[in-house]
Formats: sequence, C-alpha cells, structure tokens
Amino acid sequence: MKAYLTRRYMFSASHRLHCDGLSEAENWATYGKCNNPHGHGHNYSVEVTVSGQVDPATGMVCNLVDIDDCVHGEIIERFDHANLNMLPEFDGQVPTTEVLSVVIFDILKQSFRAAHLEKVRIEETSLNSFEYAGGAEIRI
Amino acid sequence: MVYLTRKVEFSASHHYHNPDLSAAENQRIFGKCNNPNGHGHNYTLEVTVKGSVDAQTGFVVDLKQLKEIMKREVVDALDHRYLNKEVPEFADQIPTTENIAIAVWKRLQGKLNVAKLHRVRIYETPDLWADFYGEES
Repeated sequence: MKAYLTRRYMFSASHRLHCDGLSEAENWATYGKCNNPHGHGHNYSVEVTVSGQVDPATGMVCNLVDIDDCVHGEIIERFDHANLNMLPEFDGQVPTTEVLSVVIFDILKQSFRAAHLEKVRIEETSLNSFEYAGGAEIRI
Repeated sequence: MVYLTRKVEFSASHHYHNPDLSAAENQRIFGKCNNPNGHGHNYTLEVTVKGSVDAQTGFVVDLKQLKEIMKREVVDALDHRYLNKEVPEFADQIPTTENIAIAVWKRLQGKLNVAKLHRVRIYETPDLWADFYGEES
C-alpha cells in the first residue's frame, strides 16, 4: 500500500532579493526591504515528502536514516549558515523562497533514491510557505 | 467539494521488530526503535474528509459525529496502549507511522456515513508524519 512520509528540517541562511536587470528604484519597488544591500536572514523550515509502497518487512516507505543522511548531506550542510546569494546554485537567479524550493527539490531529485520524491515545502517564516512538486499539482 | 480536517491527540508506546530477521538485522534497520522494552510518542491524528456542503446545515459533516467516531474507533483503542501488544493490527505488522496511518484509515473507512474519507495523517513528532489516502492511491 502506498503511503506518504514527511520529515521536517531546519536551517538558517541569509539572502538579498535583488535583480541585476532592474534599476535601483525598480528593485526597491519590487522587493522593498528585502532589497537591503546588506541582506537579512531567516530560519527556514523544509518539509520533504516522499512516497512509496510500505515494505511489509519493515513497515516503512523508506528508512528515515536514508532521508536524514541525504538531506543533511545535500541540503543542510550546503545552505545552513550560508549567504544564499553567494552560492553557485543561485547564479543568475534571485534567491527567493520560490527559487529555493525548486533548487532543493531538484537537488533531492538527483540525490535521493530510496523512495519517490513527492514534494518540498518551505516555510520562510511562520506566515509564508512555498511548495514545489517538480511541476506536478499538489495534493491536499 | 470542501475538505474538512479534525485533529485529535493520543499517546502510545511501541517498538520496531521483525521476527523474520536476525537480531543484528533488526538493530541495523530499526536502530534504537528496536529496543524491546519499547518507547512512546505523543501522536497527533488528523482526519480529512471531503464532500459537498449541505445546503440546509452548511456542513460537510457533523463535526460532533466525526469527533465521536474518531474517539470510539481510534483513540479509545490506541491511547495509552502498547501498540505491539494491545492493538490487534500490530500483532503481525510493525507499528510504524505508515502502518498506523493505514490502520486508522481502515478503522474509519465505512464508519463515516456522510462525507468521504480523504486523508489520514499521523504525526509521530512535529518533524515526522505519514499520510495515507486509501488503497487505490
């Protein structure tokens, strides 16, 4: 039987929302205080949802250790206490949480093989959240 | 179609062990969850139902009825229990979060006479949860 498993992780990072193709005034109009040249930071909460048949031998979709190892190695170590604008993953992109959701989904899609990656959901603050399922519709 | 979710909490103990595997394999796969003396969690159960809104009552489902069914079918059976030893579903399957979600779905399925069961979500901790949408999904 197919079940869905979600694990939540935290990391903290800084960023600045700024588009080189826009003027100073346009950047300010678009991004407001997020355009502060010194940057600012968030405690990001990342929920990773995977799915698969529940293995009768283990009762699991996949072993939590495998998800934890992958997310810690590929995501937390890469982004925790980093300035997102300085990272190659955001070359030519504004590190909004929309873009971060796509970046994290794509990294995990490449690196996590123990179950099917369904979705990534990121809370930038408790008031803003973003979800990406590789372009698929998201199930309630 | 409107979706409605009701939440309830229960506390239970369990351990993970497959008798077909060696002690070493059990330890490798399940780690500290394999402790034969068990350990416990405060579980949160979310039941989501769906249906059209009744024109007269404005309800998808009578919440009081849903709450009573969840208490009778799930909480009374699982709360303050050792899942492996006291809940029949787990006599022959491991009470992982995934399997608890499936067991809860089966307990509720057919008991909701108005709305349709959409999703069962079990939080083992605030950082780990499993969803089940039924056998066909």
